[in-house]
Amino acid sequence: MDECAIRVEGLKKAYPSGTIAVKGISFCVKKGEIFGFLGPNGAGKTTTVRMLVGLAEITSGKVEICKYDVSKNRKHVQRLIGVVPDISNLYSELTCYQNLLFSAKMYGVKGSIARKNAEEILSFFGLERYRDMKFKALSKGLKRRLTIAAALVHNPRVLFLDEPTSGLDIISRRLLWDELIELNKRGITIFLTTHNIYEAFNISHRVAVINKGKIVVVGTPQELGRKFSVKEVIEIGFYPYNPEPQDLLHSIKGALDVRRSNGYLELIIDNEVDALEGIVSYAKHKGLGISLLRLKEADAEEVFLKIIGERIDR
Amino acid sequence: MYIALKDLQEYYMKPGSISWGILFPFVFALAFMFRHGGLTTWLVPGMISLALFFGATSMSGMSIVFERRIGSFERLLLFPASYIGIALGKSLSSFFLGLVSAVPIFLLAYFILHVIPVHAILLVLAIVLASFASSSFGVLLSFIIKEPEQVMVILNLVRFPMMFLSDVIIPVSLMPHYLLSIVLIQPLTYMTEAIRYASTGSCDIVSPLAAYVVSFLIGLAFLLLAAYAIKRSRT
Repeated sequence: MDECAIRVEGLKKAYPSGTIAVKGISFCVKKGEIFGFLGPNGAGKTTTVRMLVGLAEITSGKVEICKYDVSKNRKHVQRLIGVVPDISNLYSELTCYQNLLFSAKMYGVKGSIARKNAEEILSFFGLERYRDMKFKALSKGLKRRLTIAAALVHNPRVLFLDEPTSGLDIISRRLLWDELIELNKRGITIFLTTHNIYEAFNISHRVAVINKGKIVVVGTPQELGRKFSVKEVIEIGFYPYNPEPQDLLHSIKGALDVRRSNGYLELIIDNEVDALEGIVSYAKHKGLGISLLRLKEADAEEVFLKIIGERIDR
Repeated sequence: MYIALKDLQEYYMKPGSISWGILFPFVFALAFMFRHGGLTTWLVPGMISLALFFGATSMSGMSIVFERRIGSFERLLLFPASYIGIALGKSLSSFFLGLVSAVPIFLLAYFILHVIPVHAILLVLAIVLASFASSSFGVLLSFIIKEPEQVMVILNLVRFPMMFLSDVIIPVSLMPHYLLSIVLIQPLTYMTEAIRYASTGSCDIVSPLAAYVVSFLIGLAFLLLAAYAIKRSRT
């Protein structure tokens, strides 16, 4: 059931200069999941991905993709994976269709199947009307989508994406997230490298955080949110009126602070069970009704900073 | 083959390929032709070899350096292809441009000057070997060039001395004796000698067999070294 599509054991990368970019990391990406690989710039994300896909020599350790050792079966592994680099680097003078056909043929897909795959993938990404347009004439968002399409034209089992939405506007980014989720539903395991916390937390089933060449933590976005939550916030609305914040603060066990926000009250707490009991008792005691009671999720950015153990001094 | 076809679609009309690969050798040959006693039977093989050499090296210089700069070259390393396969693919597109570059010189030599080759089949072989060696040399050379703006500067820095020291336009008999050893280590010397033998029936400095065998071997050696350079380009 929980078979690893990617298994990494003690992976290390040392450069001749003596710099150790990746310091013996291990993790498993389960078959069929979207795995976010999150870290700040220079954390070792890209170096790790380059080793996973056979673009960089492995100093020590082992990488298996679909049970094949990358070091020993580079060409076989490359048939099973699609790789989207952090830049849209298709060939500028070729049309969208020619670029896809070239990729398909280079992956060993033959004649009519290559043509069929190219047409299908153009259709999946809604690029049919740009079919005969040169790559250089496309907008940034379309270039990005075609670059992803080119990595899928041979029907890979695992898709690696390095900063897929970097530099895209909000609409293009959301569209791309939806397309990635749809691809994942079709059975493709996705390894998503990003420094965008929201991207990792929004679309990944699990997230690994890397910092200074080491994996700091692996877990679902919810687990990470709970584990590293700074302080939780409950948003409350009472009727017929909201009480004074200070009154609420002194009446509820475990309440750290109360502030007004958009007609409601925000209660900062360190234990949600105690706080919820306290809110219900408080409402009964004061004869108030509750119009809104919502536990706000921890802010992903704060969670990330807490995970990597750094703070921003403003 | 797919890499070669893609490169031809992508780069054959680039100014660097056209100007230094096709126009320069043709204009050079024209200049000799209009000069009194210019494009002689002796000079025709040198001009063909020069056109092949400039044409084939310009194309690979353009494609590889440019692709490495914008990150497209790395795409090739993600495909399940061998490093020799990639080097050969890159070399093939340059090989074709080398052949195209030689066509205008042929037209000048054989239709205007009526220079008829002595061994037509050997001439085809010599041209194939020369274009193969030149294109592999161009692929290899491209890995030491970092910026697209440097391509023609560095290529010409290497090509021009070779042009004067390879029995292409200056006969070895007119050179100081001490330059002979330099002439003999120039790849272009063997390519030119192979074409010269097929065109005129004689070689100037090496035996015909040596000219053909060495042309093939240097092409192969450059190709293997280029494959190694591609492998080394993985970080």
